Amino acid sequence: MIGSAALAILALVLVAYFSARSRAAALPVLEMHSRPTYHGAFTALWTAIAGYGVLIFGALITAIALQYSLYAALPADAAALAEIERDLIVQDGIAIARGALSSRTGPMREAVAETFSTYSSLRGWLLFIASVGAAVWAGLRCYRKIAPGFRARNRTEQVVSWILISAAGIAILTTLGIVLSLTGQTFRFFGDVGITNFLFGTHWSPLSGVHEGTMDSAKVGAIPLFAGTLLITAIAMVVAVPVGLLAAIYLSDYASPRFRSVAKPLLELLAGIPTVVYGFFAAIVVAPFFKGVGESIGLTVSSESALAAGVVMGIMIIPFISSLSDDVINAVPQSLRDGALGLGATRAETMRNVVLPAALPGIVSAVLLGVSRAIGETMIVVMAAGQAANLTGNPLEAVTTVTVQIVALITGDTEASTAAGPAFSLGFTLFCVTLTFNIIALRLVNKYRERYD
Amino acid sequence: MSDSSKISCTGVDVFYGGRLSRDEIDRRNAASAEGKRFSEVAALKKTQNVVHAIKDANIDIEDNLVTAFIGPSGCGKSTFLRCLNRMNDTIDGCVVDGNLLLDGQDIYAADIDPVQVRARVGMVFQKPNPFPKSIYDNVAYGPKIHGLARSRADFDEIVESSLTRAGLWDEVKDRLDKPGTGLSGGQQQRLCIARAISTQPEVLLMDEPCSALDPIATETIETLIEELGRKYCIVIVTHSMQQANRVSQRTAYFHLGEIVEYGTTNDIFTNPKDERTNGYISGRFG
Repeated sequence: MIGSAALAILALVLVAYFSARSRAAALPVLEMHSRPTYHGAFTALWTAIAGYGVLIFGALITAIALQYSLYAALPADAAALAEIERDLIVQDGIAIARGALSSRTGPMREAVAETFSTYSSLRGWLLFIASVGAAVWAGLRCYRKIAPGFRARNRTEQVVSWILISAAGIAILTTLGIVLSLTGQTFRFFGDVGITNFLFGTHWSPLSGVHEGTMDSAKVGAIPLFAGTLLITAIAMVVAVPVGLLAAIYLSDYASPRFRSVAKPLLELLAGIPTVVYGFFAAIVVAPFFKGVGESIGLTVSSESALAAGVVMGIMIIPFISSLSDDVINAVPQSLRDGALGLGATRAETMRNVVLPAALPGIVSAVLLGVSRAIGETMIVVMAAGQAANLTGNPLEAVTTVTVQIVALITGDTEASTAAGPAFSLGFTLFCVTLTFNIIALRLVNKYRERYD
Repeated sequence: MSDSSKISCTGVDVFYGGRLSRDEIDRRNAASAEGKRFSEVAALKKTQNVVHAIKDANIDIEDNLVTAFIGPSGCGKSTFLRCLNRMNDTIDGCVVDGNLLLDGQDIYAADIDPVQVRARVGMVFQKPNPFPKSIYDNVAYGPKIHGLARSRADFDEIVESSLTRAGLWDEVKDRLDKPGTGLSGGQQQRLCIARAISTQPEVLLMDEPCSALDPIATETIETLIEELGRKYCIVIVTHSMQQANRVSQRTAYFHLGEIVEYGTTNDIFTNPKDERTNGYISGRFG
């Protein structure tokens, strides 16, 4: 019923649009404040808002009410059962009512099934009538308002701006929601093991010997993970920033247009390769290569090394930096280049002294984006850098990162509620670190940027 | 070529939209050193989509005078101006052919570095384009890259004298460390002029330097051009005939890529010999 209500409202919206438009079109053109399409759009918008609004809110509220009535329908002796047992009975009842397979049958389940089928068909009809009725009512109200003096354009723009605001609001609220959901678990975990043990401890193996309950506070030191993340990110940026930036400079100011039109899409193709492909490339090709080279010159290289993961991650990030930097370098006005060239500066001097300083804010954002990618990257590290939480600055040894440990915690066979504590804490700390890092970088850019417009 | 001429151009053709890359053009230029340097000119003239922007231009530009290029939009005066310091090199597909001599030296010869040419022939553009740097650094940049000054005191002196000659010193002397982009349009253009003269160029090219400015800023800059014209060879492209009349001693009239008439400003405006010049200056077209 909900599906057919949605379809019916859609049909009503179309009817509202075309009928309102043709009614407005029949009025004298010169006296009209708004064009007929705005009258149509205004009527259609309100029809849709009223119809779908009632449908969505009604569906939510009646779903809760239905659930409540199902539990109320359980016979009195069910109150003695455990909560999980009652949940199971209700689920089975719903399954029976839908004609699906239930785990067991019995009088309690039959009672639930009967209640469910009665109420759910009632609910469907109620929703259909209420939502379609609301759509018709709103559509008719707007339709009757159509008159030469009615400011349909302004009203439509107002509604559209609300829609835009709510879209922006959803994005911001979701972010806030994620952060808040992280904080709860995080502070519970910090309370259990002690925040200093987590932030400053150097030994990480939270799940060794623990399946549920509290962890050993001596084994939850996150320093090795952050050190590993930092090491791999640093290696990746050492590869990606120079290569990406130089490629961008070449593409924007030195390459011929024909070469650029071929090379830029090819470079951007690198960004389209799934990271898991980079990961096994790193593990199967690059890491053994580094090991071989290292051993031939007498170095001990672990078969999973920070160097291999970092280098491959750097290659993955090159297109982000080069493509974005190329765009911002291109956006520097030609007149600035002309000014420098006209002064007798060489192309290199023009680039170094005039174009790059002007493009600096954009280049820094490109690098920041690259750093965020490097910090958040998981697949390459899992495969190529290992899972051992070593505290080391030596890129030839195996290290692990924050994201890899989160994956290990969540996908491991430990109780989810136990593993969630350290996982959420790692996520939250990582979020705080990257946030601080971004704020500092943006402050620096704003301080030193050279505005050209 | 008379003794007083600074720049001497004979048989200059400019094409836009050719397929050849800059490197290819340079290579062929170097290969044919004599006469018509670019052997493909005859072919280019017949190629479709290639714009023949300047046709066989001949002009001697004199030293210590202001020469004005006038003519309707799209007649090639800016294109020709940009040939004089090889700024057209930066435009893809632009081919310059013919002889352009600066002090008797061919600036398009294979062994000439365009960077050197631009150091000798400064340029001021239509839209003020100060660098996104401080006022001081804007002026000091040219001397810095050419090694004209070493100590801070030398730079201070060059900055002060350039800004003074551009008539901007009194307005900005207390805020030399503020960004040049924060000045008003007229001040920005004078800053660009100060920047252009800070490297002591022999020739100053100005491409409609006042077209983005109000009448008061225009007057300041015209006065400046008159003063600088006594010391430099100045070439100015302008859409305003009154401006050409006020600031220049020589005028060239461009029409559809040709230099139709060239002579003293007085002659051009009072006694034009060509019917097209007469039509333009009397306002019948353009």
